[in-house]
Amino acid sequence: MRILLIEDDREAASYLVKSLKEAGHVAEHADDGEEGYEMALDGGYDVLVIDRMLPTKDGINIITDLRHNGDQTPVLILSALGQVDDRVAGLRAGSDDYLPKPYAFSELLARIEVLNRRRISGESETAYKVGDLELDRLAHAVKRNGDDIILQPREYRLLEYLMKNAGQVVTRTMLLENVWDYHFDPQTNVIDVHISRLRAKIDKDYDEQLLQTVRGTGYILKSESE
Amino acid sequence: MKRFRALLNITSVRLSLAYTIVFGLFAVVLIAYTTIDTSRLLRHQTQQIVNDEIQALSAIYGGGSLSRFIRVIENRSRAPGASLYLIADASGRIIAGNVSDLEPGVLNQTGWTEQPFRYEGFGSAHGPDRQAIARVFELPGGLRALIGRDLGEPDRFRLIARRSLIVALVMMVLLGTITWLFVGRRALKRIDSVSQSTKRIMAGDLNERLSMSGSGDEFDRLSGSLNQLLGRMAQLDEGLKQVSDNIAHDLKTPLTRLRNKAEQTLTGDPDKTGYKQAMADIIAESDILIRTFDALLMITRVEAGSHAGNFAIFDLAAVVSDVHELYEPSADEAGVDFSISIPGPIEIRGNRELMGQALANLTDNAIKYATDSGTGNPQVVIGVNIENKTAEIKVADNGPGIAEEDRERVKERFVRLDKSRSKPGTGLGLSLVDAVARLHNGRLNLGVNNPGLVATITIPVAAGQ
Repeated sequence: MRILLIEDDREAASYLVKSLKEAGHVAEHADDGEEGYEMALDGGYDVLVIDRMLPTKDGINIITDLRHNGDQTPVLILSALGQVDDRVAGLRAGSDDYLPKPYAFSELLARIEVLNRRRISGESETAYKVGDLELDRLAHAVKRNGDDIILQPREYRLLEYLMKNAGQVVTRTMLLENVWDYHFDPQTNVIDVHISRLRAKIDKDYDEQLLQTVRGTGYILKSESE
Repeated sequence: MKRFRALLNITSVRLSLAYTIVFGLFAVVLIAYTTIDTSRLLRHQTQQIVNDEIQALSAIYGGGSLSRFIRVIENRSRAPGASLYLIADASGRIIAGNVSDLEPGVLNQTGWTEQPFRYEGFGSAHGPDRQAIARVFELPGGLRALIGRDLGEPDRFRLIARRSLIVALVMMVLLGTITWLFVGRRALKRIDSVSQSTKRIMAGDLNERLSMSGSGDEFDRLSGSLNQLLGRMAQLDEGLKQVSDNIAHDLKTPLTRLRNKAEQTLTGDPDKTGYKQAMADIIAESDILIRTFDALLMITRVEAGSHAGNFAIFDLAAVVSDVHELYEPSADEAGVDFSISIPGPIEIRGNRELMGQALANLTDNAIKYATDSGTGNPQVVIGVNIENKTAEIKVADNGPGIAEEDRERVKERFVRLDKSRSKPGTGLGLSLVDAVARLHNGRLNLGVNNPGLVATITIPVAAGQ
């Protein structure tokens, strides 16, 4: 994946570029808004990671101008402004995700990978399949190894999100945002309990455990046989 | 000159001056108009009298001889009165009448004299240098007759007019000055006192207030508004001070722990797993700090009302149901009986995210403390209903509850009661709930659940929502 990082804090940027390279991606970096905007316009990036407060051109302006030019590259905003209304402003401007600073690198990486995946697959798929687990979005039906699995509506949406991003790490805040549509910090382990309930339904009676915990980060749904 | 300029900068002085000038001009125009009109009327009346006299004379004269006419004139001239009579020959020498001398050229034209002319008469009744108007006739034999009437001393009328003008102007200036003294200076004094107080307040004493006369006039209303503004500022200032104090006290503690941990690890020379464990602890400790910071910032911004711009209509019952659904598995795992009671949709105008966060905080607390219940049957009930245009959200538990004297205090930032110190938390949860309730023009009440605590958020639901 080719990632462009527009961030004026050089130390933070060099740490990020190094970590993204270690994770196997190509990462380039621009110091200021104007330069970053030119680089993004030249194209060829899979995901843009943009700081909000930048010299010469504000992050929000970069995104509105890019969208105005018909550029639909997925954008993730990184910002110290992390309140609900800041996030709303960022998403309204046309960004695809918003991560407040300070953040864990694993959280950022998970979100970038999900953005890239969404770019490739789009929303058009009507069915997902991971190993012998199948989800039919039209019939709202879930099967494992041919057996019907009955899920509560929220459990279904949780599984749907995990299967859509199969093979990717998803974090607890990503789940809360996308499955419950809340952006607050749940403080305690509420999400973990939902996951363990889901696991009891889709994994407990089978040999291969598809839904795995990634320590300190979140969860991943994947099959070793693929 | 400089002082005069400064004086001109005062609104009341400028106003008084402007009024004086405008009314002065008005008086001048009025007096001039009356003067001209009166003198025109006067002259018209005089002409009428002269015409009547001429008619009487021509009746007497009839077709009689010139000498008889002269005799009549002589007779009339002797009678006292304001009428003028004169007969002169072709060279201008006076033959008969009561005029001794008059402006040259008056007799050259027949008919009405165009302007009042100066003349001198005989006797004391007609003193020197008086004015008159008259009609001039041609008589047979080149003689000329003048019949006219005295207008009095020419300057007298003008004098009266000028005097009344001066009196009017003096009155204007006097009235203007008095007005300024009574109204302007009083206003000025009030404004001066306001600006003096403002200066003292700017110098640092935010608790001082502007004095009010109690009359309810514009100045009182202005002072009242400014006092309200000052009150709000003092309140915000107080909040800011409190936050800084809290940051100093409560954030330094975890920072110290963090530093100690790093220092210990560095000096202790542990093995690789020891280092890893230490780093994990440090990250966990930083996460708590970040969480506290976020909560603090959020409360400050909610209290400043900066979220009010993102208000929208949402279903409160749906948020309650969301939170119940989110926490139900956790409650189940903790052995808490978690039930919900909602009627149909309750639409309110507000911020759904903040309301969700507030309810999550209350629910989190309720589940945490319900497990401390001595009954062995921990229960939490979450619900919402609407009555008298007020939505009421209740989160009740049967835990140990909060003593009455602590119920207001726990809403303050960083306040944690002794028995909760052992539980995880920042001491900011209820502060945020309180701030969110107030952002929605509502209130957070903590009450008794016999046993346990019931937290109630009341929010007014405006008509038409």
